[in-house]
Amino acid sequence: MNRYMEERYSLNYLKQLEAESIYIIRETAAEFKNPVLLYSVGKDSSVNLRLCQKAFYPGKIPFPLLHIDTGYKFKEMYEFRDYYMKKAGVNLIVYKNEEPEAQKFGPEQAHTDQYIYYKKTKALLDALKKYGFDAAIGGARREEEKSRAKERIFSVRTELGAWDPKNQKPELWHLYNGKLQEKETMRIFPLSNWTESDIWAYIKEENIEVVPLYFAQKRQLIKRNNVLVRLDEFNHPKEGEEIIEAVCRYRTLGCSPSTGAVLSSAQNIDEILEEVLNAKKSERETRAIDGTSETAMEQKKKEGYF
Amino acid sequence: MKQYNPNAELVRLVIMGSVDDGKSTFIGRLFYDLGEIYQDQLEAIEKASKKGGLDFIDLSLLTDGLSAEREQKITIDAAYRYLATPKRRFIVADVPGHEQYTRNMATGASLANLAIIMVDAQKGLLPQSKRHLFISSLLGVRHVLVAINKMDLVNYDQNIFEKIKDDFSAFLAKLNIPDIAFIPVSSLKGDMIVERSDNMPWYQGATALNYLENVEIANDINLLDFRMPVQLVIRPDQNFRGYAGRIEGGTIKVGEKVKILPSGKSTKIKSIIVDRENKEYAFSPQNAVLTMEDEVDASRGDMIARENNLPEIGNKFETTICWMKEDALLPNKSYILKQATKTCRCFIDKILYKINTDSLHRQDCNALNQNEIGRVTITTASPLIFDSYSKNRNTGSFIIIDENDGSTAGAGMILRKSQTTEIKNSGKEGFTLWFTGLPSSGKSTLADAVTKELNEKYGIPLERLDGDAVRETICRDLGFSSGDRQKNIERIAYIAKLLTKHGVAVITSFVSPNRQVRNWARQVIGNFVEVYVKCPVEECIKRDPKGNYKKALSGQIAQFTGVSDNYEEPDNPEIVVETDKEDISQCTNRIIASLKKLGYL
Repeated sequence: MNRYMEERYSLNYLKQLEAESIYIIRETAAEFKNPVLLYSVGKDSSVNLRLCQKAFYPGKIPFPLLHIDTGYKFKEMYEFRDYYMKKAGVNLIVYKNEEPEAQKFGPEQAHTDQYIYYKKTKALLDALKKYGFDAAIGGARREEEKSRAKERIFSVRTELGAWDPKNQKPELWHLYNGKLQEKETMRIFPLSNWTESDIWAYIKEENIEVVPLYFAQKRQLIKRNNVLVRLDEFNHPKEGEEIIEAVCRYRTLGCSPSTGAVLSSAQNIDEILEEVLNAKKSERETRAIDGTSETAMEQKKKEGYF
Repeated sequence: MKQYNPNAELVRLVIMGSVDDGKSTFIGRLFYDLGEIYQDQLEAIEKASKKGGLDFIDLSLLTDGLSAEREQKITIDAAYRYLATPKRRFIVADVPGHEQYTRNMATGASLANLAIIMVDAQKGLLPQSKRHLFISSLLGVRHVLVAINKMDLVNYDQNIFEKIKDDFSAFLAKLNIPDIAFIPVSSLKGDMIVERSDNMPWYQGATALNYLENVEIANDINLLDFRMPVQLVIRPDQNFRGYAGRIEGGTIKVGEKVKILPSGKSTKIKSIIVDRENKEYAFSPQNAVLTMEDEVDASRGDMIARENNLPEIGNKFETTICWMKEDALLPNKSYILKQATKTCRCFIDKILYKINTDSLHRQDCNALNQNEIGRVTITTASPLIFDSYSKNRNTGSFIIIDENDGSTAGAGMILRKSQTTEIKNSGKEGFTLWFTGLPSSGKSTLADAVTKELNEKYGIPLERLDGDAVRETICRDLGFSSGDRQKNIERIAYIAKLLTKHGVAVITSFVSPNRQVRNWARQVIGNFVEVYVKCPVEECIKRDPKGNYKKALSGQIAQFTGVSDNYEEPDNPEIVVETDKEDISQCTNRIIASLKKLGYL
């Protein structure tokens, strides 16, 4: 044990990460007219929400939450969302792209670029415009993916929501530049410096509730494009596909048809934490959307994806 | 098997170096030997190495960047990586090391506890290493590890290691880096990074990993000087008014006496909320909500500090600025400045010099270009509450924002308030009586007469600044070119300004033919009384006591005012005397009368 940690005037690494994130969240509330917290129901969103609750206590969170819904999320996610939003007493806006352009894409296309563009990217941009949000707080972490490794904490988006990696503002100290030009918006990433294991350690220390899909149990799965998708209302076995029953859990959550389970027996947070610390594969391995090409994420971010 | 360590310390690390120094391989090796590379990533690297015809794993491929960077073979900027060892959690800023990336290095170093500087053992101390050390020192990185890499290519020779170490040590004397270490490594072979090495039995010191895990950083936090910039006011209802902010230095307890700045109102801490709980105390870098015993109207941008340990307040500063924008930083331009939680307008007064980041030499300049670092004086539209950067990184740093496009144009560190605001005038101010006119118009004679009169009858402190005396002393290095003559006047004006401020009546007599220069002196000095000693040039030529007109007319002196150079008459002098029409005592009496009328006597 490090002797400094026993002294009363020092913070361990999680508390330091938390301190940085709370500062960023407060800076967002102070610098923007109409910010919003993006809420995707996953573990990172749960952590972001807790940080916001802490940032403004004893006041309430001074901005709403926004869920961009594709309609094809796991049903456990919808259940958890409705239960947890009520419990937290926060104001949630659910936005879905109901235009015909988006309607044509169903669960079968969930891994395609068009599905993601219309159901997620465009839906997000439309929602920001509809409500006049000038800043959107997201849960992306630099560790997740190499294009995110170069993302700023305060990251400017053009009118079309595009990310321009070559024109990013230098970010020094904790002095975040919140100046926007007309029609630009800001994306803000308080969890930039957190890793997957930091997220789980924080969930453990803070007793944060998360969607039960993160915990291992026996589930019926179909192996499709090297991803284990769950048998449910969106995923049915095609010809030649077998139904497998296996103990598994989810490392990340997204749309049910494009998010794979990992074989795991981790049934509680301590076991998950141990598993994540010793993981041999990166977190987004089960996300079909990142796999379309080597620079898939970078490309999607340039179009306005988170 | 890795385990969760709730007591791990957070360390921010910046790694500087260029591709040639083996920075990417070093990072790859560190992650690889620590088992921090995912299997899928490793397989991709192995595949790419084989494809490139290599018989080993090219670990540098781990730090492969964006497609835009690969296509153009450039590094856009700092990439952030995360590393966990049993004792510590590292945030690693990986920054390119070439001169055109000075701004990226400054960015990476701005929050770093610790810097690793990569050096190629075959090349030793290059200008780029000096640059990396200088930036680390400037940005206040307290611990620096110089990793002398590629030891395998110099036969693991101790003499080479020692020689490089000595070269560095000589250079380091010029810098302010409290803690520095040297470690010989080979990133390619893996010597002394995570594993020790049989190749260097002569080296008994720490491996790079040992160093990273054990260098003490906990003592670097300033726990003495309590500072909390107000970030937000939290008012859930009528009964609660709390000031939210991050504690940027020191500690605070309930009941302690504090002051709110800039208003200066005193009060006591009533309660402290951290983590949604009431606490007895809080410390840096916690986020707290403070409530006060009294109604004090604080808002964002204000600062809370302990009554007997206050930060400074001022609006004129001497700063070091690292310029980041393509359009240069220019004097007299105005920008937006953000320091702590305060945002206000600032003006660039003067660029004193820029610093050559390779040699540390100062160079005169009129502008700071992208990636240049210089000493700059600025004025802010409203006062900043600050500490010097060396005392507190968080309250002594600022960014400059160009409002035209919203870009972060520069990063600055406050050295101190500018001298001019620090020294308060002791009592009544003096004035400067500035005699100007053609050579031989009678300036010196009149100035002497007025000085005598003021001395005998008014008993005020006096100083007579005369051309010859000045040229023999502070302006000995100057000649008579128009540039030198201008410098001559600038120096005189500066001295006159200092004397005037401290209650001295200064009497100067210089031709000072240039109207603009005289007007500039008027602005600098403030209490400025311009006396135009008017006399037709024909009369001056007739007088010519030193015979200079004669020489000028015959061509022996070039650029002589009244002959070959123009004299610009004052637009609006306080006093005009005509020495071809009035005698000395008449002129003197009129000048004294005018000084009375102007309120100086």
